[in-house]
Amino acid sequence: MYALVDCNNFYASCERVFQPQLNGKPIVILSNNDGCIISRSDEAKALGIPMGAPEFQVRQELKEKNILVFSSNYPLYGDLSNRVMKILEGFTPHVEPYSIDEAFLNFDGFKSDFDFNDYGLQMKRRIMKWISIPVSIGFAETKALSKVANKIARKFPNQTKGVYVIDTEEKRIKALKWTKIEDVWGIGFRLKKKMKTKGINTAYDFTLPQYENFIKTIMGVTGLRLKSELEGKSVLTLDDPTEDKKSIAITRMFKTKLSNFDEIKERVSTFAAVCAEKLRKQHSCCHSIIVMLIKDKHHKNDGSRIYFSQMETLPFASNSSLTISNAAISILKKVYQEGERYSKAGVIVTGIIPENQKQFHLFEEENPKHLKLMKVIDKFHAKTGERKIRLGNQDLQHTWKMKQEHLSPKYTTDFKEIIKVKCR
Amino acid sequence: MQVKKKLSFFVPDSENTPELPFFGGIKAGFPSPAADFEGDTISLDKVLVKNHLATFYAKADGTSMIGAGIDDGDIMVIDRSLEPSDNKIAVCYIDGEFTVKRIKTEKDCIYLMPENADFQPIKVTEDNELIVWGIVTYVIKSV
Repeated sequence: MYALVDCNNFYASCERVFQPQLNGKPIVILSNNDGCIISRSDEAKALGIPMGAPEFQVRQELKEKNILVFSSNYPLYGDLSNRVMKILEGFTPHVEPYSIDEAFLNFDGFKSDFDFNDYGLQMKRRIMKWISIPVSIGFAETKALSKVANKIARKFPNQTKGVYVIDTEEKRIKALKWTKIEDVWGIGFRLKKKMKTKGINTAYDFTLPQYENFIKTIMGVTGLRLKSELEGKSVLTLDDPTEDKKSIAITRMFKTKLSNFDEIKERVSTFAAVCAEKLRKQHSCCHSIIVMLIKDKHHKNDGSRIYFSQMETLPFASNSSLTISNAAISILKKVYQEGERYSKAGVIVTGIIPENQKQFHLFEEENPKHLKLMKVIDKFHAKTGERKIRLGNQDLQHTWKMKQEHLSPKYTTDFKEIIKVKCR
Repeated sequence: MQVKKKLSFFVPDSENTPELPFFGGIKAGFPSPAADFEGDTISLDKVLVKNHLATFYAKADGTSMIGAGIDDGDIMVIDRSLEPSDNKIAVCYIDGEFTVKRIKTEKDCIYLMPENADFQPIKVTEDNELIVWGIVTYVIKSV
């Protein structure tokens, strides 16, 4: 048996943990830099605020409808997400965090007559009591079906109390007939259109034998796997959560459009340093570095390409901020054009290998002092919680400055910001 | 013609050697009589936090609980997994505000009791919205 646990409106729910006065009120959370709406409470959804809307477009509407706005507070969301995952581990050792607010659970070895519905309600109650995060839980024989069950639990909170188990053939078919094809795990916008023109409108249609060839043609083996999953035959297992990422990317829009090389260099160097830091955190090194640069499409728009990128491979695998930053800057020099205006840049590191499988090179090797220096920097940053030590080509003033005009305190990760409780 | 591969060396992993306990500087002779008593160092976290997943910290703001040893500015350890009951000190959310009080249960109502004669008990009636947010288990203060 699998389960999918999904936190309801996760970011909005996190904001409510330390501000219960927000319960029942419409609230929205903005993305980095206060750009777009990325989370809405049920009340804000009911008022018709669309997901992903740019803040400036709906600013007036938010004000008129008395909807409260928050900047994203990732230290808080990250801490609460970890707590959710750890609490779930108290119910089964097999937990696969799927995203910040979702996890797949596996219950191999549980008896067949085990009361999963009751177990789900216990999970839900515990997460609510300990950290005030509401969740929906779907149980089924496969991962794809547990997603379907989860949707039903979320959609019908009064009937399901937030937990739904698909454990009979009858329930499975009913659930699939209810599920729109675009809500099936892995069916995106493009596939939805293709499916609909063929007459596949629900998850149930997807499993009908007459469409098998069509699905095979357009989705390949992935489609057939999904079909089996929906039929209740489990083919997808839990991913090993300890498996490290195959590439790490930091890409950001600039706060203002940039044309000056030094200013862009500063950003790229900072992104490279953050990539290196993430590599060190997962104890790995990278072989290759990609720098991408995107032109401002509104400037001198002659229809020419706006996306530029290049890759460089290091002579030795590295996770040193100095090495990766230097390589990134040398790539930037190749893709940058004088007189152009850019809106976005990114650094991607790939060819990732574990730190301890690093190959020795006969003639070229990283200065061993880097390793020690990086250790000291990481330790210091872990202690202060901020990236205070920077490379020479990073600007000391230009911090990771995000527009965060509606930010709530870091209640759980910074002692200086813990909640104050009145004794009056 | 096949090109001969370059020689590759592997760097030994000196990072992940297991940490062995270090028993002083004695190389030979009589072993340290203290060695048998070496163990973990004291961790306040372990003492003060029974369930770290449900534990949060808060700062006291005011003097209504000084009788219970909670002074203005003290840090409170709050365990949300504990059940509220009579006589426990709790962080409560009542009528739009957080407050710390001692819970007193009567036959048909609940009181939130201050521990300072200058403050009045709060009687919780059906008209109030009360959430017992968590139970205060320890108070950390600087002296």
